[in-house]
Amino acid sequence: MLRPLPLATAAILSGPVLLGLLGTVLPAVGLGPLGTGLTLDPVREVLAWPGLPQAMALSLTSGLLSTLGALAVAMLILAGWHGTRAFTLLERLLSPLLAVPHAAAALGLAFLIAPSGWIARLPALALGWDVPPDLLIVQDRLGLALTAGLIAKELPFLLLMMLAALGQTDQRRRMAVARSLGQGRVAGWVKTVFPSLYAQVRLPVLVVLVYAMTNVDVALILGPNTPPTLSVQVTRWMTDPDLGQRAVAAAGAVVQLGLVLAALLAWQMGERLTARLGRAWVWSGRGLAERAARAAGLALGVLSALSILLGIAALALWSVAAGWRFPDLVPEALSARNWMRFGPEMLEVAGDTLALAAVSTAVSLLLVIGCLEAEHRFGLTVGQRALWLLYLPLLIPQVAFLPGLVAAAGSVGLGPSWPLVALGHVVFVLPYVFLSLSGPFRAWDGRLARVAAGLGARPDAVLWRLRLPMLLAPVLTAVAVGMAVSVGQYLPTLLLGGGRVSTLATEAVALAAGGNRRAIGIWGLGQTLAAFLPFALALLVPALVWRDRRGLRHG
Amino acid sequence: MRLPLIAALALATPAFAEPDPTDWDAVLAEAEGQTVYWHAWGGSTTTNDFIAWIGEQVAEQGVTLEHVKLADTADAVSLVLSERQAGKTEGGSVDLIWINGANFASMKEQGLLFGPFAEALPNWRFVDAGGKTVTTDFTIPTEGYESPWAMAQVVFIHDSERVAEPPATAEALLDWAQANPGRFTFPQPPDFLGTTFLKQMLIELVEDPAVLQQPVGDDYAEIAAPLWAFMDDLTPVLWREGRAYPQTGPRQLQLMNDGEVDIAISFSPGEATAAIANYELPATARTYVLEAGTLGNASFVAIPFNANAKAGAMVVADTLLSPEAQLRAQMPDVLGYGTVLDMDALSEADRAAFDALDLGVATLSPEELGQALPEPHPSWAERLAADWVARYGVAN
Repeated sequence: MLRPLPLATAAILSGPVLLGLLGTVLPAVGLGPLGTGLTLDPVREVLAWPGLPQAMALSLTSGLLSTLGALAVAMLILAGWHGTRAFTLLERLLSPLLAVPHAAAALGLAFLIAPSGWIARLPALALGWDVPPDLLIVQDRLGLALTAGLIAKELPFLLLMMLAALGQTDQRRRMAVARSLGQGRVAGWVKTVFPSLYAQVRLPVLVVLVYAMTNVDVALILGPNTPPTLSVQVTRWMTDPDLGQRAVAAAGAVVQLGLVLAALLAWQMGERLTARLGRAWVWSGRGLAERAARAAGLALGVLSALSILLGIAALALWSVAAGWRFPDLVPEALSARNWMRFGPEMLEVAGDTLALAAVSTAVSLLLVIGCLEAEHRFGLTVGQRALWLLYLPLLIPQVAFLPGLVAAAGSVGLGPSWPLVALGHVVFVLPYVFLSLSGPFRAWDGRLARVAAGLGARPDAVLWRLRLPMLLAPVLTAVAVGMAVSVGQYLPTLLLGGGRVSTLATEAVALAAGGNRRAIGIWGLGQTLAAFLPFALALLVPALVWRDRRGLRHG
Repeated sequence: MRLPLIAALALATPAFAEPDPTDWDAVLAEAEGQTVYWHAWGGSTTTNDFIAWIGEQVAEQGVTLEHVKLADTADAVSLVLSERQAGKTEGGSVDLIWINGANFASMKEQGLLFGPFAEALPNWRFVDAGGKTVTTDFTIPTEGYESPWAMAQVVFIHDSERVAEPPATAEALLDWAQANPGRFTFPQPPDFLGTTFLKQMLIELVEDPAVLQQPVGDDYAEIAAPLWAFMDDLTPVLWREGRAYPQTGPRQLQLMNDGEVDIAISFSPGEATAAIANYELPATARTYVLEAGTLGNASFVAIPFNANAKAGAMVVADTLLSPEAQLRAQMPDVLGYGTVLDMDALSEADRAAFDALDLGVATLSPEELGQALPEPHPSWAERLAADWVARYGVAN
């Protein structure tokens, strides 16, 4: 029962991805159920799309720059401030942002930085502008707003990933050596700690790169639309009522995949180059502008946390606003009417969203615990190669394999439906649940199991009555992470549900195009709360259950 | 290969026991106890409430109405199409579709519709078939295969505080935009409202708008040339110099509320009034139409050839045409849609009720709206949108 589970899990993770890739490549060359026989017409049509060069350039620059940016800021914060009170504060400020869905964060940011947005209203009031300046800030053609939004949203993820890996880098002793050699705090950290830290967080960094290059929800809201990024255009082809466009979408997805692979290759070359330059820098013994680097790290960290927090605050205020015109900083009056108008439907969809999140997380959790337990009982260890497998769904652009997966499922009579969406969510939820739970699960003290076995407990009893109850806090944290991932899924829900399964993510992104900020406020807030709720429970439940077990409270 | 199948289908159709629309008592009797699945766009909360209200009305005649909320009407069309491909010629899952324009044209052309039925409905006698464009749909004759239920017409919304005398011709709009750069935009084609703006401007600029009633032909480039010359002048003085566009109509209204633009296009004469009430537009927003008139069209309902509850669907279509339902649809706080009925055909009491209706502060009276211009053939919308995307939708 337990033994085949790791293999089954690998199949669940890689099956849809590989099947989906096949289902994407085949129609791109005219094969498959809708196809007309081998042809390069869809590819030609994509190549003939006049927006292609700019859309590709946009995907590349916004993806590479935002990943570099988030990585650099995370590095500066850790190098300059780890262990200080300011760091604790920043960590508290940034960690909850991990749960804020991408779409909600982007929506809030859009209102913050638009020429008629909150920030511009300060000079507008002071200088008496009666109309906002006609400046292309949000949706600018270079994708700068998109890049900034992605940096702000990915920074918490990278920072927490690096923080988790920091324990295995022998930071203290390395820093002691570096400092004794006269290196400054930042320069010493970057030279001695960062290289081994980066080796550990390399896969998450690549995940960020792929996501930043291929996301649809943030690009729709903050990115340009004349033309949009390549992934947005592929999604448009995909959802075109004209079924003939599906083949073009597939060809576009293949181009997108090629672009991502090229970027990953470029990144790897960049890593080598950086390593070489870095080594030369280490040997040179030269330092850094310590004060400037520390100040920049703190300022950028605070800035990115504030931009998302203020954005969410703006969404909350819009949701209860009566009239609110430029350049007023606050609404004329507050009103419960928006909530009465949009609230009931939002709550209904919130229920559906949480149900979907609960089912996909429960399936993922069962598989993950099964895998970890199999590893423990039969010594089936997950090697470095299997770790790549775990990351596969996160490293292949969603837009490259989801259209194919829809086609593949359709060809065996599985139309867009709720179960298909739930299965799709599992593919993305499972890796995060695994990453979140595997550490604490493996770190559990095995001697307890031997004592229990000595008292006559069978392995199942040890798992259910000892190990899992003791690991309640990390299990619930993994559940919360999984549910937050599910709540945030936009493209899998849209494509696998054929537009008929609505969740808070799909509704919020659809509304973003609609432009009704009151409705957006209510739905965006709903999505944020839906992602937060499991985290709150994950903190609260163990504290309540173990209120009389001091030793378990911090486990 | 598919042609013989369609032919066989067409021949086979009379063999099924179809309800006869001319025998209304029999229709009513058959409808009792039926459940009608109405596939209709679900993107507007006010429309959804109205459909629920229609459900209460037909429940009195024993018909249960279920609203299947669509993101796109094309979904219902492809559902019916795939059912036919699967050989499902009766007991289909769609009973009634809210439809018009290109979707109707394609369903009618492919023989996917039940009918004719519309002109046999008892309430058809109230319909203004002579005055309103309810028997053609984007130039395609309806021939009784769809029944109208609401009128829509293009209006322009302006902030009367900022633009006292709004430009009412294409030339005036260009002059105004050049004098006020960055203060006008439209939803990005192929959004239907943006495409409507292109059609509306083409009608203004073309020498003889009658050519637009024909499908796009070889002389397309020549006919559309004045429009592209106009757009070449207009685009640089648009909001954000035409480098970004609002994606939809509602987003455009948000820009107006933010003070970013002063003029916006809408396909619903009552939309501005409703938006003011919902705080989505400033109280000074008003609507106007162009001097030479604006595009108008009707919303219809149609019944698929394989509908399971055709009699029930006809009862719903008939109820939509009742003076009571039409009056309710026109109330600004319900839908604010134009009626398809002829005031002179109504009873005195019904007419008085329509006359007494307060359309709202920003809604034009039927006289002010004037006669709506007919929609061009559906092929024009498609071609203009594609051409616009190639010219302005992808930067160089």
